[in-house]
Amino acid sequence: MLSNNLSKVVLALVMTLFLGACATQQATTKGDDAYTGTETVKFLADGVPDRVFFSTNKSELTSAATTTLGKQATYLKANSTLNVVLEGHADERGTREYNLALGERRATAAKNYLISNGVAANRIKVISYGKEKPANPASNVLAWSQNRRTVTVKTN
Amino acid sequence: MKYKIFTILALFFILTAKSFALVSVDITRGNLDPLPTAISDFYLDSKLGDNIKKLQLESKIPELIQNNLSRSGLFFALEKKSFIQRPEPAHNKPRFEDWAFIKTQVLVTGKISLEKEGRLRVEFKLWDVVSATELSALAFYTTPDNWRRVSHMISDKIYERLTGEKGYFDSRIIFVSETGPKVDRKKRLAIMDQDGYGVKYLTLGNELVLTPRFSPASQHVTYMSYFKNLPRVYLLNIETGIQDLVGDFPGMTFAPRFSPDGKKIIMSFAQEGNSDIYTMDIKTRVVEKLTDNPSIDTSPSYSPDGSYITFNSDRSGFQQIYTMKSDGTNVKRISFGEGLYGTPVWSPRGDLIAFTKLYRNKFYIGVMRSDGSGERLLTENYYQEAPSWAPNGRVLVFYRETPSDSSGRGGGAKLWSIDLTGYNERLIQTPTDASDPSWSGLLSRK
Repeated sequence: MLSNNLSKVVLALVMTLFLGACATQQATTKGDDAYTGTETVKFLADGVPDRVFFSTNKSELTSAATTTLGKQATYLKANSTLNVVLEGHADERGTREYNLALGERRATAAKNYLISNGVAANRIKVISYGKEKPANPASNVLAWSQNRRTVTVKTN
Repeated sequence: MKYKIFTILALFFILTAKSFALVSVDITRGNLDPLPTAISDFYLDSKLGDNIKKLQLESKIPELIQNNLSRSGLFFALEKKSFIQRPEPAHNKPRFEDWAFIKTQVLVTGKISLEKEGRLRVEFKLWDVVSATELSALAFYTTPDNWRRVSHMISDKIYERLTGEKGYFDSRIIFVSETGPKVDRKKRLAIMDQDGYGVKYLTLGNELVLTPRFSPASQHVTYMSYFKNLPRVYLLNIETGIQDLVGDFPGMTFAPRFSPDGKKIIMSFAQEGNSDIYTMDIKTRVVEKLTDNPSIDTSPSYSPDGSYITFNSDRSGFQQIYTMKSDGTNVKRISFGEGLYGTPVWSPRGDLIAFTKLYRNKFYIGVMRSDGSGERLLTENYYQEAPSWAPNGRVLVFYRETPSDSSGRGGGAKLWSIDLTGYNERLIQTPTDASDPSWSGLLSRK
């Protein structure tokens, strides 16, 4: 009888923890769901990632994004003959035309950060591909987060 | 004997009860009760040569008419093998009892004869079987190879006579043909008849092309291309194949459409992270900026009289639908439901705006009045967007995507049509995957 009650308490505790975990999960996917992993990421040079990721419908730079762009700025200042194009992208869960605009806004956010960190504006071009060029072609939450990105590509 | 009497009585009853009621189709409600229609084979004038006879137009023309009418969802075509009367006497003097017997309410008959210089005269008659009267008769003159156009025009005449609305069969759809894997999709502009026949490709697929839209006269197309890796709006003459860059903007231009008079192109121009709406006069090249807001303003579409514009903007924080006067004043948000709203497009009738809605991870095609009231969602799916109106404002075409699997395979895009009522959803067959459809106006203007 005692053990039965105890197991009920344990079950209740486990349930509470589980539900708590779910609630946290949901909170993160709603507001801030930018990708933080390293899959799909390439490097402009040793230790200089080529891309930054965004939350759904957002173009604000996350702290991970500014860290990456800071490294890119340092690298570009040390290699002053290099020019780059910033390719802005969106995930496939939005209308095509809006996503073109969103990609342009994301690429511009990255461009402005590079400029504010000392990279000459005339070395940076932006282009938006909207949802036309996914990095990960799967239709799931992970792929979408990897596709909401701005990629810095050397042009010379 | 008993059976025969019963039939006669039944016929008598139908005839007396309905003999004064003209058959007609109510297309304002969901069509759950399509009109029984018999489309007889046409009959060939005996003077026609073998070169014409072998085309079998006497059955091909009625078949195409039948396909059009059936796909509209408003008509139920009866099987040819149930017809009692032969095509020639049916056309000259239908025995209405024979047609009432197979329970059709409407009969279409026709005759094909030879004109000068190898041209054909295609005559059709539309009969009300219930009241035993001729509703309309008309003849078209055409070269034999143009028989599809004539069949579409006849379909429109029948639709117009029975519904009281303009038809939409003699029209075309321009779209983007898609092939290849998702990470390296090849996209080409393509054009076809509204029934999916006669697909022609207008670009080679060397560069990414998006969102083609017809001019009001359907001779030009405006679209977006990544030619030389510069995403810009272009103008294409379908007949000559000549392409022109629209305007000289120092950045991406996109989301183009024509003004209803065909003189301007309205589009978005993105600069420094901000997309605003502009027009350019095609002849004078004069550019006008219509919105000036730090948000994304895009997907503009004119009202049919040209006095208003609807567009989507995220100035409220999320993508919503707005209207404004065509000079950019009087901006008003009209979508207030839950979720995101995009791709508003004004109905050719002027009363409704069709849109795409994203709500709880599902996509909807819907319509609302131009003041935002009366929102009605027509179809829900995993992904669909970009509605475009049939010329009569009764049917919408849009594209729908299916999800790919975890390896990125299996997803695709297809064109679908649906009635304004939310009924009669249909796949439009295309040789490849297809997206971004735009419906032309009626090709034959009266």
